[in-house]
Amino acid sequence: MTTAEARAALERALLRIAPEVDPGTLDPRASLREQIDLDSMDMLNLLIEIHRTTGVDIPEEDYPKLGSLEECVDYLVARDPTTRERSGA
Amino acid sequence: MPSLGADMVRGRLVEWKVRPGDAVRRGDIVADVETDKGVIEVEVFEDGVVEELLLQEGAEVPVGTPMARIRGAAEATWPTTPPVATGVRSSPAARKLAEELGIDVARVAGTGPQGAVTREDVEREAAAASAPGAGVERTSPDSARMRRAIAATMTRSKREIPHSYLGTAIDFGPAAAWLAEENARRGIEERLLPAALLLKAVALAARDVPEVNGLWTDGVFHPAEAVHLGVAISLRGGGLVAPAILHADRLAVGALMVGLRDLVRRARDGGLRGSEMTGGTLTVTNLGDRGVDQVYGIIHPPQVALVGVGRIAERAWVLGREVVARPVVEVTVAADHRAVDGHRAGLFLDAIVRRLADPGAL
Repeated sequence: MTTAEARAALERALLRIAPEVDPGTLDPRASLREQIDLDSMDMLNLLIEIHRTTGVDIPEEDYPKLGSLEECVDYLVARDPTTRERSGA
Repeated sequence: MPSLGADMVRGRLVEWKVRPGDAVRRGDIVADVETDKGVIEVEVFEDGVVEELLLQEGAEVPVGTPMARIRGAAEATWPTTPPVATGVRSSPAARKLAEELGIDVARVAGTGPQGAVTREDVEREAAAASAPGAGVERTSPDSARMRRAIAATMTRSKREIPHSYLGTAIDFGPAAAWLAEENARRGIEERLLPAALLLKAVALAARDVPEVNGLWTDGVFHPAEAVHLGVAISLRGGGLVAPAILHADRLAVGALMVGLRDLVRRARDGGLRGSEMTGGTLTVTNLGDRGVDQVYGIIHPPQVALVGVGRIAERAWVLGREVVARPVVEVTVAADHRAVDGHRAGLFLDAIVRRLADPGAL
């Protein structure tokens, strides 16, 4: 998964949870929860949606690593099995 | 036109879901009605056949106006059979629960020995039955109308109900440890939030202290026969609704989590049902996600109590003779003093504490 693909998947998932949000206006380094007022249920639904569309497994202990857009994108790229295959990892 | 909220006076028929001649069963959705709190699905409460629709779509009428004529089960052309007599293999506990939840046990897929329907099968069916209908175009509730509806309900509550408030801090350590272990075993779609455990603890505590679970109407407290737990849900455009998870005390924590996710989604996307909007017997509001330590809420009339839940945060806690860091949550109860004395409200809070101390038993 490329960074652009991860970002696109994340934005699609975000729009399902918070359709009023314009992802282009979000600060990639700021907390998603704070920026768009996501509660625990929204965050869980967001992670479920990301998992469904990318197939990336997200254990609960990794939730704190997914605070901002940038962190989410980095995480998806690193954890995606196809990325690992391409990089020979 | 049913009353779909404490202060609803009128409703607009958006769409009929049935036509004359259609057979309907208890719990079927027959219409969508627009209220100040959005579009709500209206259910029918008996089996029968739709004889005549008395309102045109788009009609706005006062609460109490007849909407349709339904020929009841006694006159219907098909026989109705109580679940116990269906010949379906099922456990007594499953039949009892199915009867309480209004579920036809013959419709439930059994996973027990020789396909027998188990209590867990019924719980799963109950959670699935609250899935939203598809293809209904809905409008967002008008925020000004919703604000007026909230204002009317809250003003009535503060005007009529003598609120008393109690609160306590609870060591959430055992529950947090149980959750971490449980969630490590579950796939992401089945994972539990702390809210599910808290709701279950409150629902069971309401069974322990029934004075907090019921309605105050006509100057008298009417204890509820079941625990239908209202959940305050904020809407993304502003405002809130408090639909109920029906029979919350009888749902396993996993099923309760499924019900909660579904309820939140439908509260925000549309598809709440009349029975969920009016059936609550006790409500929980949880503002912990916003960093709030304590919530002292306003009772949703005609209910007699509201539980407030704050954030779960690491705090200094005395355990034995040591001070240790523990995850702590502050839980409060706002109680209608006409129906609930401070002593009983205190016992209710204590029951929540005890239930959360033994999360495996929830």
